[in-house]
Amino acid sequence: MDIVYTIWLRNVKRFVRSKSRLLGSLGMPVFFLLVLGFGLNSVVVLPGMEQGYIGFIIPGIISMSVLFTSVFSGIQIIWDKQFGFLKETLVAPVSRLEIMLGQTFGGASTAVIQGLMIFVLSLFMGLKISSISGFAIAIIFMVLIGISFTAFGIAIASRMDDMHGFQLIMNFVIFPIFGLSGALFPIDSLPSGVRFLTLLDPLTYGVEGIRYGLLGSSQIDPAISFVVLSGFTVMMVIVGSYLFRKISI
Amino acid sequence: MFAITVECLTKKFGDFTAVNNLSFNIKKGEVFGLLGPNGAGKTTIMSMLSTMLKPSSGKASVNGFDIQKNEDDVRKSIGIVFQDQSLDEELTAYENMDFHGRLYHIPKDIRQKKIMELLKLVELDEKKDNIVKTYSGGMRRRLEIARGLLHEPKVLFLDEPTLGLDPQTRNLLWDYIDKLNKEKGISIILTTHYMEEADKLCHRIAIIDQGEIVAMDTSENLKNDIGGNVITIISSGSTELYSVLRSLPEIESIEVHDSSLHIGLQNAETHVAQMVTMASEHGIPIDSISIHKPTLEDVFLYFTGRSIREEEASGKERMRMMQRTRR
Repeated sequence: MDIVYTIWLRNVKRFVRSKSRLLGSLGMPVFFLLVLGFGLNSVVVLPGMEQGYIGFIIPGIISMSVLFTSVFSGIQIIWDKQFGFLKETLVAPVSRLEIMLGQTFGGASTAVIQGLMIFVLSLFMGLKISSISGFAIAIIFMVLIGISFTAFGIAIASRMDDMHGFQLIMNFVIFPIFGLSGALFPIDSLPSGVRFLTLLDPLTYGVEGIRYGLLGSSQIDPAISFVVLSGFTVMMVIVGSYLFRKISI
Repeated sequence: MFAITVECLTKKFGDFTAVNNLSFNIKKGEVFGLLGPNGAGKTTIMSMLSTMLKPSSGKASVNGFDIQKNEDDVRKSIGIVFQDQSLDEELTAYENMDFHGRLYHIPKDIRQKKIMELLKLVELDEKKDNIVKTYSGGMRRRLEIARGLLHEPKVLFLDEPTLGLDPQTRNLLWDYIDKLNKEKGISIILTTHYMEEADKLCHRIAIIDQGEIVAMDTSENLKNDIGGNVITIISSGSTELYSVLRSLPEIESIEVHDSSLHIGLQNAETHVAQMVTMASEHGIPIDSISIHKPTLEDVFLYFTGRSIREEEASGKERMRMMQRTRR
């Protein structure tokens, strides 16, 4: 556990220290929130949504910010690989599982902090949370998204040698995961083909879970969301540690 | 008792044999140097001995532990300074040390004491709370050495410890390494392609070329192998001169290399005149001639048939140097 904590500590220290990264990664979610939220708020009317379209997408944007930060934290081990720091951890008498778990929890923590920052901003934009327990539920889902997608990032990074493939992953994996997740539109109104894809996307269950927590209603039963997302998290941690174990420098 | 024993160690990458059937022993308290050009397989040897890379075949043990069966014990026994930097630039020196200490399960009170002790040893104690990004190349290297010593390793691995450093810093580092070995009795294995470094620091040297040991002995004995003196003749007709001189009985070794001829023999002074006469009899011009005691450079040339300098300017190193300056 010491080792996991040590590696977690390093990740969080780095995150807190690099102010530019912190602000930079807030940019895109805030942009989405303002442009889509205020831009479409008056034209889009969702039946049964008291807080309007902006209220509807806030959980989506929080998920987005957690998703991006966590994948990026995971992929960051490529930097460690290139700058040599990974060697220092790999030759130490510790198991690779411990390193991978420390990295995962570190990435997840920073991602959740990032999500909470969007949450705080949302409060200023008119978000009213239904209850404290609802807020706790939202945090649980943020943590699950954070852990699963940091592990996902580590899995990808274990197979990549440098950052060249990063754009590819961003455009063809991460954006589709975000776009298809029901973060920006209600799942019920989709044609059945697209709806099927949406239900395949693990992030959908994260978005719906956070939506249930913050707004008190969702289109997918929160218990189902929790089970699916937890399952996905466990799977990603297993895949991530398996691939990380085989990493070579 | 040996610090490191290596038996028939081989590493293949596909068809390419990086390390071929290597065997050697390093005594406790010895400073052992692997000398060779880039790409000779030095780093591959280090990686295998530090359990980073699995050998294709053969056996090795470090501090009495088998590198394949007892990975964790090997890792606890060694400290490593890698060829390329391996510090976290966004943490302070102290934090880098602390991270290392935690990874090696050093209890908190001992950890704090040792970190300050070592930072003082490498003269970085006053800058311990500065972010590593602000450090110069020499300071980073010193920090890495201090870090490698934190868990009191029995064997220290130094992979090109002074690559890319200025001569002054290099001399300082040599003194540190020498001191460590003498005062703490740590066995050290280091790779280098600087002749001077190997000559100054190492008790024994193995010359590695294309994955094989071509010679292994003390620096002194290696030099004696090629004769008491070396005569270097620069001539546009070096190959003709080679065929003229090779039959002389006093010559112990003779190598042509581009326009220069390297001749190893005893009492060179008494034979120089004769060689010059023979050259002029055959109408071969001589541009310059010099007599000196053999250096490791000559030894390397003698055993590999190539000068280490021409290997040195290989693309790989130039790229690495560029990367360093970019950082």
